[in-house]
Amino acid sequence: MINPQQSNRFFFNVDWVTILIYIALCAVGFVNIYASKYNPEISDVFNFNSNYGKQLIFIGSGLILGFSILLMDAKFFSIFAPVIYGITMFLLLVVLVVGRNVGGNQAWIPLGSFRLQPSEFAKFGTALLLARYISSFNPKLTNLKSILIAAAIILLPMALIMLQPDAGSTLVFLSFMFPLYREGLPGYLLVIFWGAVVLFILNLYLQPVILISSILILGGLFVYFNRKKMQRMIMITVITISAIGYLFVAKILFEKVLQPHQRTRIELILGLKTDPKGAGYNVNQSKIAIGSGQVLGRGFLLGTQTKYGYVPEQSTDFIFSTIGEEWGFAGCFVVIGLYVFLLVRVVNIAERQRSVFSRVYGYSMACIIFFHVFINIGMAIGLMPVIGIPLPLISYGGSSLWSFTVLIFIFLKLDSNRMGFI
Amino acid sequence: MDNLFSRKYVLQGIFIVLALVLIGKLFYMQVLSDKYFLLSNNNVLKKIYTFPARGVIFDRKGKVLVQNEPVYDLLVIPNQVKEFDTLEFCNLIGIDMPGFRKRFHKATVQSRYQPSTFEKQLSVQTYAALQEKLSRFPGFFVQGRTVRHYPDSVAGQFFGYVKEVTQKDIDDNDGYYRPGDYIGKAGVEKQYNDALRGERGVINMLYDARNVPQGSYLEGKFDTLAKSGEKVVSSLDIDIQKLGEQLMTNKVGSIVAIEPSTGEVLAFVSSPGYDPNRMVGRQQGNNYMDIFGQPNRPFLVRPISGYYSPGSSFKPLDDLIALQEGVITPDMTFNCPGVYWAGNHPVKCEHVDGNISLRRGLARSCNVYACHVFQKLMTQSRFKNQKQAYDEWQAKVRKFGLGQKLDIDMPFERKGTLFTSDQYTKRFGKYWQYTTVISLAIGQGEMSATPLQMANIMAIIANKGYYIKPHLIKSIGDRKVIKKDYVQKNYVDVDAAHFEPVIDGMQDAVNAPWGTANASRIPNIMMCGKTGTVQNPHGKNHSVFIGFAPRDNPKIAIAVIVENAGYGGTYAAPIASYLTEKYLTGTISAGRAEKAEAMKKISALPELPKPKIKVLPKNADSAGKQPSVPATAPQSNTALNTKNTAATP
Repeated sequence: MINPQQSNRFFFNVDWVTILIYIALCAVGFVNIYASKYNPEISDVFNFNSNYGKQLIFIGSGLILGFSILLMDAKFFSIFAPVIYGITMFLLLVVLVVGRNVGGNQAWIPLGSFRLQPSEFAKFGTALLLARYISSFNPKLTNLKSILIAAAIILLPMALIMLQPDAGSTLVFLSFMFPLYREGLPGYLLVIFWGAVVLFILNLYLQPVILISSILILGGLFVYFNRKKMQRMIMITVITISAIGYLFVAKILFEKVLQPHQRTRIELILGLKTDPKGAGYNVNQSKIAIGSGQVLGRGFLLGTQTKYGYVPEQSTDFIFSTIGEEWGFAGCFVVIGLYVFLLVRVVNIAERQRSVFSRVYGYSMACIIFFHVFINIGMAIGLMPVIGIPLPLISYGGSSLWSFTVLIFIFLKLDSNRMGFI
Repeated sequence: MDNLFSRKYVLQGIFIVLALVLIGKLFYMQVLSDKYFLLSNNNVLKKIYTFPARGVIFDRKGKVLVQNEPVYDLLVIPNQVKEFDTLEFCNLIGIDMPGFRKRFHKATVQSRYQPSTFEKQLSVQTYAALQEKLSRFPGFFVQGRTVRHYPDSVAGQFFGYVKEVTQKDIDDNDGYYRPGDYIGKAGVEKQYNDALRGERGVINMLYDARNVPQGSYLEGKFDTLAKSGEKVVSSLDIDIQKLGEQLMTNKVGSIVAIEPSTGEVLAFVSSPGYDPNRMVGRQQGNNYMDIFGQPNRPFLVRPISGYYSPGSSFKPLDDLIALQEGVITPDMTFNCPGVYWAGNHPVKCEHVDGNISLRRGLARSCNVYACHVFQKLMTQSRFKNQKQAYDEWQAKVRKFGLGQKLDIDMPFERKGTLFTSDQYTKRFGKYWQYTTVISLAIGQGEMSATPLQMANIMAIIANKGYYIKPHLIKSIGDRKVIKKDYVQKNYVDVDAAHFEPVIDGMQDAVNAPWGTANASRIPNIMMCGKTGTVQNPHGKNHSVFIGFAPRDNPKIAIAVIVENAGYGGTYAAPIASYLTEKYLTGTISAGRAEKAEAMKKISALPELPKPKIKVLPKNADSAGKQPSVPATAPQSNTALNTKNTAATP
């Protein structure tokens, strides 16, 4: 069954469908970056001084990088996972010292004409180590010690990135919660966590008196219905009291810890503030561009909002506005469809792995990508706060593209080797 | 496979549900709502309007009456303004610093990124001076447009004026107008506004996020050029219009001349008038208030909204009805002892003519004859009572255009006064009879007409039985469109044969030595006419003359009213004769030309009512100044102040 020759062959067992979707998304990215940076006077596609020319280089080198990963031994990634994790953590430290500050975030290490963004690479470093940890000792993720160790692996890069401070990239690491859930993390922990998030938001919307009294009423009702079961009554009482205590902590957290611009963004997204010319300008213009695309879009290079620069940061964080304007609802549907198809497929592939390492890694990768997609598109259409994370494989940027390429191709390599031992 | 395998579905479920949330929101934004599409056009598309030139107006001989002059609006985009020498700028366009700040503030409040008007209608000279230095004033630019210019400076009330639209105009016209557009507010400019205004041009310009123009939208597919207004040919003869206004200098009143065969109005004089050029340009508002405040109401369009009793000029009409009814014949005579007794109310004549027939009665303007005719009409045996007779009669009078609008193409036309029997019953009670309303026989009493209606009666007599609705515009546009109403004949139901004796009488009034207007006889032209000296409650009698000429194949019908000036033969008749002669021959014959010049210089302004100002000693100025009283108009012929019964010279 094990055939070393076979496993070393270049494209043996590689999932071509994933590669095709990968290439398709890169192509969508290039086309839309071209459109958002299009200048009728310099229409050369291979103009390497322009962003789209550079993106072409990134895609080319990304493919080379991806296929070189396919050439490597699948065991390399599990063996060297701690080293790779260590290197990316080291880079996160380096960037705090020598990093270049762009737009308030010290996130880039200048390397000649390129800038490296270590937080992008920390994603797959963390994914690898997390997979290694869960696979190697076969820990029970129900006991506190294993949970804490897994949490530590995730929280370290989060803490380092928060120092830059890059809230968007920090939040991405929350997506590791879901692979842990798959591996046995109790569901109530997730419920508590997201419950906390919801309470945090409600805390901003509602008057404290209303919120606290409604929690008390709700808790009281639950206690009443469970009045025969002492244990539950105690548990509900504890939950109710800690929820109320949490409200005060959350309020302080929001008002004292968050940066003013982050606070404003959250307030804008929740509709607590309206300011179409200020911080909400980007979102407003992005929504206008996307909405104006209507069913079939204005057509390639014909988007007026795109052409005339109405959406700031259009080739990076707001690339989806170009898709929305020029390709319309049809284009948006296809792009989102591609992502969902890819991720559902990745989950299915992950489940067919014999090795826990490959499965955890696959889940991690799917969740990271989905988190990016949901937040990025969500912010472009005003559903999510503007936290500045790229749309995977589509947004302009080398670090981001390479990081996702590595993330995906490592998984492809692991999958192609699913018959072997890792 | 382990027991946690099913959690895969939880995750895949989350992916799909959240993706559906995104798609749902996108579906709303892109498919269901067009709000964002409209907003995106707001972002990039700006409509730049070019203003059309209003249509040119010609007189009946093809002379230009109104033309367009370029002016320049100064616009500003506040956020593009950089530091500059404001003092120099203010001097260039003729404003002061507080004015500058006020305007700039207003523009900034309107929009920081959009152009708004800074100063309107800079003249060519100002523009030339400014244009040279405009580059020193970033953010400012000029936009050309045109304003009206009236080379002859006459016929202000005929032209009306053009003004920037008000919010009400915008609301009333279903969004056709935008702030800054012009609209005709009076006169021909108002009446023919739709033809004259032309069509705005529009350029759909694309602007990028930094407000830099990026060319036209879809290669100008939806752009339009400004289309000039249609040219309009007026029926006025500018030469006699001018002469008319000159003759009416320092007199209050009106002249209307009509070409009988077409109904075209040849002269449309309302005095006092004003120079239409004053209602143009930056001083329009001030000038408007100035003209508005002048005595004798220059804005009143007297030819169509001035009410005058027709006086003796009504007699020919009454005679025509009597002839048609058969109650008199041309040869029938009445005895004139110098007074007609209507009950115990005397109607006096200024002369004793003895037995008098139609022809002489008209020429001498005999009141007694007129009263007898009226009596005959009211006491016909075929009617049950006099009220029925009266109603039949007033209906016939109405056919001549009295008591109703003639639908002239001019706003603010009024219909005049002509009572029905019911109205009289209301006023006098049930028991009135012809003697009660005998004043009507001589065109006084409850009867008033506009100068246009009087001129129209002359057109009817000249045409021997019909009129065409008088109008001021011959044709519109290159296709020479003319309203159907303005070619239709309106018959008055009097046989052509009955006109001859009446015209004979009118011919004598001007040409016979015993005629009332004999002094206004025109050499070699047979003018027929009728003087009137109209009593009125405002002061001296109005001097009235109506007539037409020449007798055979008449070319001009005319009505002249000079308010509070005295006898019809003294002012109105000579003025009518000069105008008629000028129109028919192109000149005024030797000997009469000097008299015409003298007429231009005579002042016959009515005495102004004494301003009622109570001098309150407590409130008076401490310096002891008298409250200022407006200077009364000069009076040249106070001697002719006769205020007796209907005077008929």
